[in-house]
Amino acid sequence: MVIKGKVHKFSDDINTDDIIAAKYLVSTDTQELGSHCMETISPDFTKKVSPGDIIVAGNNFGCGSSREHAPLAIKGCGISAVIAKSFAAIFFRNAINIGLPFLESIDVDKINDGDLIEIDLSTGIIKNITQDKNYKTQAFPDFLQQIVTSGGLINWVKTCIKSQ
Amino acid sequence: MGYTIAEKILMAHCAQDSIKPGEFIEASVDVALANDITAPLAISEFKKSGFLKVFNKNKIVLVPDHFAPAKDLKSANQCKVLANFAKEQGIKNYFEIGAMGIEHALLPEKGIVLPGDLIIGADSHTCTYGALGAYATGMGSTDLARAYIDGKCWLKVPATHKYVYKGKLNKWVGGKDLILYTIGQIGVDGALYKTMEFSGPVIEKLGMDDRFSMSNMAIEAGARSGLIQPDAITKEFVAGFKRKSKFYYSDSDAVYEKTYEWDVTKLEPQVACPHLPSNVKPVSELKNIKVDQVVIGSCTNGRISDLRIAAKLLRGKKVAKGVKLIVFPATQKIYLEAVQEGLAEIFVKAGGVFSTPTCGPCLGGHMGILTDGEVAIATTNRNFLGRMGSPKSFVYLSNPAVAAASAITGKITHPGAL
Repeated sequence: MVIKGKVHKFSDDINTDDIIAAKYLVSTDTQELGSHCMETISPDFTKKVSPGDIIVAGNNFGCGSSREHAPLAIKGCGISAVIAKSFAAIFFRNAINIGLPFLESIDVDKINDGDLIEIDLSTGIIKNITQDKNYKTQAFPDFLQQIVTSGGLINWVKTCIKSQ
Repeated sequence: MGYTIAEKILMAHCAQDSIKPGEFIEASVDVALANDITAPLAISEFKKSGFLKVFNKNKIVLVPDHFAPAKDLKSANQCKVLANFAKEQGIKNYFEIGAMGIEHALLPEKGIVLPGDLIIGADSHTCTYGALGAYATGMGSTDLARAYIDGKCWLKVPATHKYVYKGKLNKWVGGKDLILYTIGQIGVDGALYKTMEFSGPVIEKLGMDDRFSMSNMAIEAGARSGLIQPDAITKEFVAGFKRKSKFYYSDSDAVYEKTYEWDVTKLEPQVACPHLPSNVKPVSELKNIKVDQVVIGSCTNGRISDLRIAAKLLRGKKVAKGVKLIVFPATQKIYLEAVQEGLAEIFVKAGGVFSTPTCGPCLGGHMGILTDGEVAIATTNRNFLGRMGSPKSFVYLSNPAVAAASAITGKITHPGAL
């Protein structure tokens, strides 16, 4: 799967309250959640996003609450993938489980806000089209690949139960 | 090579006779918890999956606590989803507001979570139960939906960091200060994807309420869980419960990725300053910080001993002019105890409000939202930008004694200075 989009840069420790404030958790609608994505820290964010764009952030992205509304809001506002130096553990598993593509990369600092990049999830290669550079990331372990290629956790479990 | 308590509990729940950090396992859960924010998503995913019955109605717990008592129509609808699902599936561990409490105080109080259990919860502070010597960890709604189907979850076995606290605690210093100090030292990702194990002579003397405060905030250092090995204090706490506990202990040759050791004898009450739980300073370094609101309660510090500490300071005193004091006990049982012991009267006479149990103010949900420019000191667990309301407000985190003292003076205050 290849994803191409414009980069929106964020710093370290972007927490789930930043991604979607608690006051909006009275809804589970992806589009509605998406319309408030990053509102607290970047009020114009959703206006700047074109479908397919990519978030690039520092360490510990998605720290804080377990709300799955956070990766849903990111998906809902049109973001196609997240690249970060590291992810908080619950956000990491939520992204896997709902099928939000993401990559961990040590080269985040080399990518600028507004760069056009292309990610190949099967090889883990990030191509920076604006800067004409490539960055290599580590592919997911087999177990997680299985969940992602099944189309999320529930589909994976259904397949497992069927094959038993 | 030995194992840590966390590794032993995980091993027992995936029927393996060996385990190593980094390995992926499929584990059976003893308790699967969700609340009025996370359960509606889990229930809708479960229903979409085509399965009709949950794997075991006795292992599922539903607690409407975040926006309950329902703050508006949308939250009323969300709470209703839980009530309907509980009825339809025959889930008895559903707690309507008269029986409820903040989930992480309620479940230990009811004996629903016990030492040796593997508990998953669609709430990040599920790690609280680590204080009992259980492996408890926060997950998302889809993880819960999956557990509803077959009672299992996937886990990557975390490496363990050991924290040893030596010395003797000062007056007004407790579990909250130890965990704030720890997060201040290691940072909000200092234990990212790790198990934290709290130990040492100081922990051995801590009561359960203080232990719960510590384990509760393991997530604020990025950890998957924060465990304390069971001892006489743990055993006394669980003695009356019907279901049997299983006590696990770390081997003497268990492998720790890192060990931290601190002498905390000189530690004074700690305060986390805006806007991260790791931005921690000793209270005496904070001079002339005026507060508009003081919040005492939550899954971190809303237990009876927390309220007793606050009441001791507030007895016969008045909150400073213009300060809003909100005290919210964590469960209905604690609420009743506070009324019977006269604590509620002390809070009200001091000029505070005494609220029904709810997560409300902690996450900026309801019952005490901050507006632009307002400053709060709270015994809660997160002080992220906008956490309690306006992105232009400021939240400081402390123990209940510092919060109560600050309510009296109107600025952040060492309780010993009163």
